[in-house]
Amino acid sequence: MWKSAEKILAAAVLAGALAATGIAVADPQPAAKAAATKGEKDKARQAVNVLTPAGASAPAGKTPIALGRPALPEEIAAWNIDVRADGEGLPPGKGSVKEGEELFLQNCATCHGEFGEGAGRWPVLAGGRGTLKSERPEKTIGSFWPYASTVYDYVHRAMPFGSNMTLSADQTYAIVAYLLNLNDLVPENYVLSKENFSKVDLPNEANFFDDDRETSEKAFWKTNPCMKECSGEVHVTARAQILNVTPDGDPPKGDLE
Amino acid sequence: MSDTSLPPTERARGAKPSLSKSSLSRRRFLNLAGIGAGAAVAGGGAALAAPAAGTPDPNIVPVPDWTKTLGAPVNENPYGKPSVFEKDVVRREVTWLTASSQSSVSFTPLYALDSVITPNGLCFVRHHGGQAEIEPDKYRLMIHGLVDKPLVFTLEDLKRMPGRVNRAYFLECAANSGMEWRGAQLNGCQFTHGMIHNLFYTGVPLKTLLDMAGVNPKGKWVLAEGADAAVMTRSIPLEKAMNDCLVAFGMNGEALRPEQGYPVRLVVPGWEGNMWVKWLRRLKVGDQPWQQREETSKYTDLLADGRSRRFTFVMDAKSVVTSPSPQAPLKHKGPNVLSGIAWSGRGTISRVDVSLDGGRNWTTARIDGPAMPMSMTRFYLDFDWAGQELMVQSRAMDDTGYVQPTKQELRAIRGTNSIYHNNGIQTWLVRSNGETENVEVG
Repeated sequence: MWKSAEKILAAAVLAGALAATGIAVADPQPAAKAAATKGEKDKARQAVNVLTPAGASAPAGKTPIALGRPALPEEIAAWNIDVRADGEGLPPGKGSVKEGEELFLQNCATCHGEFGEGAGRWPVLAGGRGTLKSERPEKTIGSFWPYASTVYDYVHRAMPFGSNMTLSADQTYAIVAYLLNLNDLVPENYVLSKENFSKVDLPNEANFFDDDRETSEKAFWKTNPCMKECSGEVHVTARAQILNVTPDGDPPKGDLE
Repeated sequence: MSDTSLPPTERARGAKPSLSKSSLSRRRFLNLAGIGAGAAVAGGGAALAAPAAGTPDPNIVPVPDWTKTLGAPVNENPYGKPSVFEKDVVRREVTWLTASSQSSVSFTPLYALDSVITPNGLCFVRHHGGQAEIEPDKYRLMIHGLVDKPLVFTLEDLKRMPGRVNRAYFLECAANSGMEWRGAQLNGCQFTHGMIHNLFYTGVPLKTLLDMAGVNPKGKWVLAEGADAAVMTRSIPLEKAMNDCLVAFGMNGEALRPEQGYPVRLVVPGWEGNMWVKWLRRLKVGDQPWQQREETSKYTDLLADGRSRRFTFVMDAKSVVTSPSPQAPLKHKGPNVLSGIAWSGRGTISRVDVSLDGGRNWTTARIDGPAMPMSMTRFYLDFDWAGQELMVQSRAMDDTGYVQPTKQELRAIRGTNSIYHNNGIQTWLVRSNGETENVEVG
């Protein structure tokens, strides 16, 4: 990012500004000191004036924004945890259904149930196949999720809830293998690995499609919506107070004074 | 207020504001006497706590304590608080909605708010892994992937960045009104519509940072990731990222609140709130979306035929009457102000219509205050209420010509299981005693 001459000038300007306010500053680098003549300082101030938010696309001759620094490979590796549907980002490793079962019982079953059936209101992870068109769909990994990569990525980044980022790559492969087995997608003796991951297809993948509202809901764009006598007589068909599930502590009901 | 609508010269001459907004609104004052069978003619308005005629008002005649004795000193509350009499105006939670209050939502008390800016402490909160507490000196933002120069920024870097902007936008949770798909459930606009807030953000365009890193021509998507315990991620099309997204460190003039992503969050104007990644730590450029949990398992919209829409980013035009509403019942006959909000992720609200008879007849409401793109817009309808039953609705239109649909129109296309993106018209039933309820009509 930094061009060395600009860095020196910026340091010199900073030193000059602090000196002017009477604040003691450490001796700037000798080169910076040498550059800190009045003319150079003026030039540096002009350089500040031409900074534009256009950044790298600034026209030639404009000063690039001297902020930020290069990301080191180790730093990128530390945060670069995402796994894509095509398997990009999967780390080396493997884990079996059997290992996964043990890990799942230790780390996951309290909330998700021993077989991914969900405890209380915690999410159900297995089952629900064939329910998506029903009155009460059960959206699980097996019935709904389009990609196994998402299971790996999400378990690794965000599970177990409250102690996420604690599972190793092998442990995550094993838990994903167990979840796939619970959903009848791989056999009991399956070992999931970076190498065979792309062979796992989830059943509902084909049933996702990109937002089509501008065509399927085109009728909602209207020039002159009806203003007068738009319907016959209107009746109340459903009431929230019958359900009575609104939290307590609400302000009192209406009372005419 | 009325004077400001006059040219300065006329104001100086003390011209009568004969065409001012206030007189126009008086002209538009809706007389409801003709609506509804057997409606009585409105009286002069029932007086609240008024003494009997001829009796001096005890709130006037004796000198009250607050006039006789000194009040609190200037720095009683170094960070100010609302009046103690407003203590009910708070965020609320619906505990049965979620299994954990760390992956849950609280709701903005819309029924008690006015104008278009949401106070910082009342902005609804949606976490997936609780509220991260990040020390500003330890905050880092990384940009990498398909870029020429992977970069790391500190918070100070972002605050020194040229081209800082201030923009007002609504943030609406994709699941706002999601509990209402099957019918009227929750009794109050705080709960049916309160997963929204509208703020002025201060920050830098995301484009500035991406340009500094130098996006590879193969780059088509940006993954945004948070630093909280959910390590929240979403894939955002590069086009949107380069268009109007902001990396924001300020809300309504001060630092972001911790629950809103302190010190830095992503702002994705007009698009579903989930994408506005809080505690933003990483932006990765790639050539395809990542298919993360929050764009596959969640924030995809299941239709009646068993198929699901994905990448339903935009929040469509929507509105709600905030008063009267179940938490803000009518208390007086006579003059009343109906107040509500409208917004659209597709552009600027151009018009809001209000119906008081369940959608049979509509009156165009008065928009007051700024109507900015992808920002909350306030509307009013001044009306005279004779005490008859009302079925109050509002219908927003935006400058693309989109008209807010009814819930029935939405269900006809989507069914009742899509959870997200319910922008259907809301109905409030106002009873003759002023009590107001969330209902559906047909």
